[in-house]
Amino acid sequence: MRSRLIPYLLLLPSLLFLTALFFVPLVQTVALAFHGGDSFGLANFTRMANDLNFRDAVVNTFSIVLVVVPLQLAIALGMAMMLRHLKRGRDVVLWIWSIPLGISDLAAGLVWLAILTDQGYLNTLLFNLGLIAGPESWLTYETPTALFVAIIVAEAWRATAIVLVIIVAGVQLLPREYGEAADVFGATPWQRFTRITLPLLKPSIQTALILRTVLAFEMFALVISLGGRNFPVLVSEAYQWQYVNQDTGVAAAYAVVVMLISLAATLIYLRVLRTPREQML
Amino acid sequence: MTTPRFARRSLLLGATALLAGTGAARAQGSPENTVFLSTQLRPLEEAQNVREVILKGYAGKFDYVVDEPASFAVRVEAEMKSGHHTSSLLGALHGELQPLEAIGALAPLDDLAAKLTDRGIPAPLMKLGQLGTGHQVYIPWMQATYFMAANKQALPFLPSGAKLDTLTYDQLSQWAANVQAKTGKRMLGFPAGPKGLMHRFFEGFLYPAYTGGVVTTFRGPAAETAWTSFAEIWKHVNPNSTNYNFMQEPLLSGDVWIAFDHVARLLDALRQKPDDFVTFPAPSGPKGRAYMPVLAGLAIAKGAPDPQGAAALIDYLSKPDVQIITARSVGFFPVVKAELPANLDPGLKLAVSAISATQNAPDALPSLLPIGLGAKGGEFDKVFMDTFQLIVLRGQKPHDVLEKQAETMKAILAETGAPCWSPDPPSAGACAVK
Repeated sequence: MRSRLIPYLLLLPSLLFLTALFFVPLVQTVALAFHGGDSFGLANFTRMANDLNFRDAVVNTFSIVLVVVPLQLAIALGMAMMLRHLKRGRDVVLWIWSIPLGISDLAAGLVWLAILTDQGYLNTLLFNLGLIAGPESWLTYETPTALFVAIIVAEAWRATAIVLVIIVAGVQLLPREYGEAADVFGATPWQRFTRITLPLLKPSIQTALILRTVLAFEMFALVISLGGRNFPVLVSEAYQWQYVNQDTGVAAAYAVVVMLISLAATLIYLRVLRTPREQML
Repeated sequence: MTTPRFARRSLLLGATALLAGTGAARAQGSPENTVFLSTQLRPLEEAQNVREVILKGYAGKFDYVVDEPASFAVRVEAEMKSGHHTSSLLGALHGELQPLEAIGALAPLDDLAAKLTDRGIPAPLMKLGQLGTGHQVYIPWMQATYFMAANKQALPFLPSGAKLDTLTYDQLSQWAANVQAKTGKRMLGFPAGPKGLMHRFFEGFLYPAYTGGVVTTFRGPAAETAWTSFAEIWKHVNPNSTNYNFMQEPLLSGDVWIAFDHVARLLDALRQKPDDFVTFPAPSGPKGRAYMPVLAGLAIAKGAPDPQGAAALIDYLSKPDVQIITARSVGFFPVVKAELPANLDPGLKLAVSAISATQNAPDALPSLLPIGLGAKGGEFDKVFMDTFQLIVLRGQKPHDVLEKQAETMKAILAETGAPCWSPDPPSAGACAVK
């Protein structure tokens, strides 16, 4: 009898912890978002949607996610495949590739700011190569494309490592027999990759995509340090409403929107990339 | 071998930090210390200067505690309502103290004011400290304002006939255009970044200079002219301005030659390269040379646990030599008659000369920080920044934008019921957009 209770008792602290520090604030945030003025309603959401930055924030957030997540997946898959063929020094390479994992997004933002600012390393390099005559601006409201590319590059640099680590873990579990069988039938490397490796990696890819997409929707510090006011995203607008405009209701409305988008993305991935039971390794 | 030793050391360090933490917490709650709660001098370095430089010679015991303006108001009101007082001395801006007076949280200081007459605080400042009640509510503590700084390399491009101390907005525009024509770069800068104080430029400088008001004159032909002229000036503004938070940085790096900002956000540049820069008042418009004085005051909470200690601190902080120490260490300027020493550092001298040129300009038009908006202050600022974004950055028509933003402005003032503040004419009820 007692031994049957033990697993639940062991789980209890974490459940209490999550309820107190995650579920309760979540309910409070939702309540705040729907509490506009003196009554419950959609006032905060109307204000949010009518704000001059709302459209930009939605468009910018989705553009980043749609570009950066597939890019990171492709890069991470390529890196994982290369690692597979390394005979020696594999651990060292993997270790170096995962360094960005240990850097906070604010620090990464500041590093890239130092590179891309008017007097930054990029301009110094281009100037010394004779490619530009003076400082070029990359991060202003007049250069939205350069700013967008800068954010994509910085984000790819910072957060591809987490996708790589998940994919590498998945790759290590792949049985060699399938690949050897494909060789016997004369499959090209590309065929082996698309027909065998990718389908078998589906569970790892699913995990990586969910994690990265949710985090990309919540991107904040890196965008703030590179784009400031010029590149509003959903979370930076939530911050702006909370701390600068001091309107908790509208900030909560943004938080609810971000949460719903993340939930929807997760559900879509779970559905589209599900692995039937009989195909599980 | 190294790992366990390292682990043990970090454990020890952690334990020490914990002990130190509880010690600090206990000191803060120590009943015999006068608690000095302030919305000013909040950054770590400045707060440390208050404790270790400015109040170094003070004989009594005190705790200097800082709080954001919004939570400061909530805290003082909560202490008053619960009757459980911890803060005695309150240091805050004029506009932050006014709402506390309105709810009756501040003790009258007439006796103290009488004792301090020998300090030579100018009568207009003392009168501001009465907040229109006829009693002294706070004693002026220190002041600051915003002004302009320019690299000396920009001076040859001043339009003919223009003088720095009597510059107009049109001349500023022409000056920046000349610099751009000669250098090929836009070298005028404004602090319009996410943490910049650009909204204060609109509220305290551009609007009153062109319209003579801020709220009542928010829309109409004069306001439209103000925005059209500013959009014209913006053509010569460095596009990185929407990333600038402190203008001292681009001034020092040379990205910007002419800049507007708060004295505390220019001072580093003036101190590091005093020979490279000149300082001067913000330009004037059709209604005068509008500027926003920033006046901080000291008040005593009604029901304070230690009113004597608080009065002693006010007495100490308003001594001329302490006021000079304050100017030197945190860049807020004296409110009392204090002879600035000849050996004052040259950067500080540049700041002082711009502040006094601003205050003493014949066409000076003081325009106060918003008063009585409380937590809606952020949304009030947003109206100006949104208008700026729509008209200047997105090129929309001033008339249409102002009509729409005026509705938001009306709603904020109706909700808070804040009466007009100078330079808008006094209003009976909530201040209204005409």
